[in-house]
Amino acid sequence: MELTTKAIDSLRIEHITKRFPGVLACDDISLDIGKGEVLALVGENGAGKTTLMNVLMGLYHPDEGKILINGEEVNFRSPNDAFAYGIGMVHQQYMLVPNMTVLENIALGFKQAWKPWKLDLHMVRDRIDAVARQYGLAVDPDAFIWQLSVGEQQRVELVKTLCLGARFLILDEPTSALTPQETDDLIALLKRMSGELSIIFISHKLQEVKDLSSKVAILRHGRVVFQGNTIDHSSSDIAALMTGHEVVLPHNDAPACTMGPMLQLRNLKVRSDRGFLALDDLSLYICKGEIVGLAGVSGNGQRELAEAINGLRKVESGQILFDGQDIANRSPVQVIQAGMGYIPEERNTEGIVPSFSMKENFILKDTDSEKYSSHSFLKNKVVDVEAEQLRQQFDIRSPNIEVAAGSLSGGNIQKVILAREISRSPKFLIAVYPTRGLDMGAAEFIHKQLLQKRNEGVGILLISEELEEITNLSDQVAVIFKGKIQKVLPSSEASRRRLGILMAGVKDDEEI
Amino acid sequence: MTFIVNILSLGIPFSVALLIASLGEMFNQRSGIFNLGCEGMMAMGAFLGMLVPYTIGQGADVPGIYNYLGLLLASGVGALLGLFFGLVVVTFRAPQGIAGIGMQMFGVGTAGTLFRHFIGGTQSVPGINTAPIPGLSRIPILGTLFFNHNPMVYVAFLFVPIAWYILFKTPWGLRVRAVGTHPRAADSIGIQVNRVRFQALAVGGALAGLAGAYLSLCQVKMFSDEIIAGRGFIAVALVYFGHWHPVKIMAGALLFALAQALQLAIQGLGIDFPYEFLVMLPYALVIVVLAFSRKSQKTGPSALGKPFNREIRT
Repeated sequence: MELTTKAIDSLRIEHITKRFPGVLACDDISLDIGKGEVLALVGENGAGKTTLMNVLMGLYHPDEGKILINGEEVNFRSPNDAFAYGIGMVHQQYMLVPNMTVLENIALGFKQAWKPWKLDLHMVRDRIDAVARQYGLAVDPDAFIWQLSVGEQQRVELVKTLCLGARFLILDEPTSALTPQETDDLIALLKRMSGELSIIFISHKLQEVKDLSSKVAILRHGRVVFQGNTIDHSSSDIAALMTGHEVVLPHNDAPACTMGPMLQLRNLKVRSDRGFLALDDLSLYICKGEIVGLAGVSGNGQRELAEAINGLRKVESGQILFDGQDIANRSPVQVIQAGMGYIPEERNTEGIVPSFSMKENFILKDTDSEKYSSHSFLKNKVVDVEAEQLRQQFDIRSPNIEVAAGSLSGGNIQKVILAREISRSPKFLIAVYPTRGLDMGAAEFIHKQLLQKRNEGVGILLISEELEEITNLSDQVAVIFKGKIQKVLPSSEASRRRLGILMAGVKDDEEI
Repeated sequence: MTFIVNILSLGIPFSVALLIASLGEMFNQRSGIFNLGCEGMMAMGAFLGMLVPYTIGQGADVPGIYNYLGLLLASGVGALLGLFFGLVVVTFRAPQGIAGIGMQMFGVGTAGTLFRHFIGGTQSVPGINTAPIPGLSRIPILGTLFFNHNPMVYVAFLFVPIAWYILFKTPWGLRVRAVGTHPRAADSIGIQVNRVRFQALAVGGALAGLAGAYLSLCQVKMFSDEIIAGRGFIAVALVYFGHWHPVKIMAGALLFALAQALQLAIQGLGIDFPYEFLVMLPYALVIVVLAFSRKSQKTGPSALGKPFNREIRT
C-alpha cells in the first residue's frame, strides 16, 4: 500500500492574520519551511503559536493571508484537506478517544478502511505495523487509550499521524506532559525522523529547541519578532527575545531551615479514586521556612497527597501533624483555618470559580471573616479596595477586578490563586504544579513569590514534574514513587540524572 | 409454573416499546446528545402509526399493509423530529435538557391535539396481530414464551444485534462513538461532528417514532393521550442503566417489563393489597437499580450534553 502522499518541498505561510472576538491571535505572520527542515516555533502562552498551526491544519480559517505548498496556493477547509497534502498534527492535548482502542482511534481517520457496512480493521492493523517498522515506533493496537500512560499516548498520536500519511509533522508542545526519560527518547526519535520528514514543533523549553531544530521563529503577541538559524543563537538570546526582557529564573541560595518542623506526615495511607493505595506508608517532614520539592512522575500519589493534607480525601491511617496538631481527616474548612494555603493542580476547576469575578475569587476562603463581612452582608468597598491592591501587587493583567476569573489566561489565573493564598498569610503552602503550562515570565514571577514566602518563614511543599523548578527552589528534594518517598536529598546533591533514576523507581541510586 | 410462564410471555411484548426507544436514545447519547424529548417523539409516532390504518386503511383491499405504512410514517416523522431537535441543540446549541422537555411537551401535545381533530374519541384499530411461528410455537413452554408474539417483537429483538454491529463494527458507529466522547479529537481528524450528531438524532428519532407506533398498533391497538405513560423517560433511564450498550439495555428493558407484568399478574390474583403500590413497583425498581448500579466513566460518552464549538476552548 502507498504509505506516502506527494512530497512537500516547501511550505510558505504568507501574511496570515486571524482574529477572535476581542483578540488578534495572529498578526501578519509569514514563515517558510523547506524539505527536511525542523522549525521550532517558540513564544509565551497566548503568543498565537497554536492558533497559527490550527490555521495550517484547516481547523481555523484565516481572516487574511495564504498558504503555499510547493509554490501553489492551497485552501484548507478541514483537516481532511491538510491530510491530503500530507500534513499531520499532534495536538498538545492529545486527540484520542479514551474509551476506544488504539486501532479504533487510528481507524477513525483512516478513511480507506471505511467500507460501507464494515470497518476494515485488518487494513488498519497492517498500516500500523508498516509504520511501526519504518520508524521503530511500537504500539499495542488493542490497548484502550485510557489504559496508556501519557508517553504511550503520545506515541499513539505520532503513529496515528504517520498512518494517515503525514510527510510534514506539526507537534504542539510535544514534551509538556512527558517525564525526562520520555522526553529524551522523543527528541532522539524526532531527530531520526527529521531525515525523512519536515517538522514544525512548538515549545517553550529552550533545551529542546537547541537540540532538535534547524531554524527557529519567535512569536510574541501574535507577531513574528525573530527568525533565524538555531545554531547561531544561544538559549539565553532566544529566551530574551521570547519574553522581551532578560529572564533570570530565581534560585534558592539561602541557608537551610533551622526553625523546627511545621508539617509532619507520618505513615500516611490514602486510597486513590480507583480504590488502590495511592499513598502507602508515606512519611515526610517539612520545616518552617523550608521548601521541600516533591519530584516524581505524575500519578505516583502527588494528587492524593495534596488532597489528603487539605481535607479533600480520606486518610485511611497515619497522622498529619500541622504545627503540632493532627489534621488528618479534618474538613477543608478546619484545615484552612489552621493556616494551610493550597495552590491546587487544576487551576481552572479547583483553584477558582471560573464564572465568578476576580475579586470574588480573592475572598472565596474569607466570606465569613470580619474583614469582608458584617451581619451576613459583604463589605463591598473593602473587597474592592483589597482586590485592586492585590491586582497591582501581583501584576495580574486584566482590565479590572470585575472580569470573570475564567476569562483570564493561565498565568493570570495562577496569579489570582497565588494572591489569594499568600494574602491570607498562611503558615504553610502546598503548591501543586504551580507553573505547569505557564510561560517563562509568569513562572519567574511565581518562583520569586514562593521564595519570598520561604524567607518569611513559611514552609512550602512544592509538587512538580519540572526538575529544574524543583532543584532551583527547594532546600530538600523528596522523590515519590508509587506512593512512597524513595529518598530525601539536599538540593545540592539532586542532579537531574540522579532524580531521574529515583523517579523511575530505583532506590539505590548511588550504585548506578 | 403457569404463573411464571404467564408473566414472562406478557413481559416480553411489554419490553418492546422500551427496547426500541432506548436503542434509539442510545444512538443519540453515544453521539453526545441527551434527548429528553423521546416521550414526545413516541407520542407522535403512536398517533401517526394508528392514523394511517384508521383513515385510508379502512375498507381497503389489503388493510394489513396500512399498518406497516403506519409504522413507516411514524419512523419517518420521528426522524424529522430528531433532525428538528438537532437544529435546536446542535446548530443553535440550546441547553439539551430544556430543549428535550420542550420536545416532550410539543410531541405529546401535538399528538393529542391532532388526535382530537382527526379521530375525536376513543377508537380502536385492528392493528398488527400475533404471528406464531409455525412449528416452533408448538414447543411446550418455550413456544409460548418466545415464538408466539407480534411480528414487531421479533423485529425489535433483532434490532439488538444489529445496533451492536452498527455501533461497534461499522465506520459510522465508530464516528458516532468518537463525536460523543471526544468531539475535538474527531474534528481534528476530519470528521464533521455536527453532521454525525444529526445522523444519530435522525436514527434515534426514527426508533422513538417506531416505538410509539408499536404501542398504538401492536400493544394497545388504540390511541389515548396517556398511551406513552412515561416510557420515553424510562427509555432514557435504561440507557444509563445499560451503560450505552445494546445488550445491557435489552436486559434493562426486560427487567422493567417483567416487573410490570408481575404487578399486573399480582393484581389479577385478587389479593387484598392497594394496587397503587403495585403500579409503582416497576418505576421504583428503575430508581433503585439506577442508584446502585456501577457508574462507569470509562465506557460512556463523556461529551454527553455538551454542544460542540470548534473555536471555543474548554
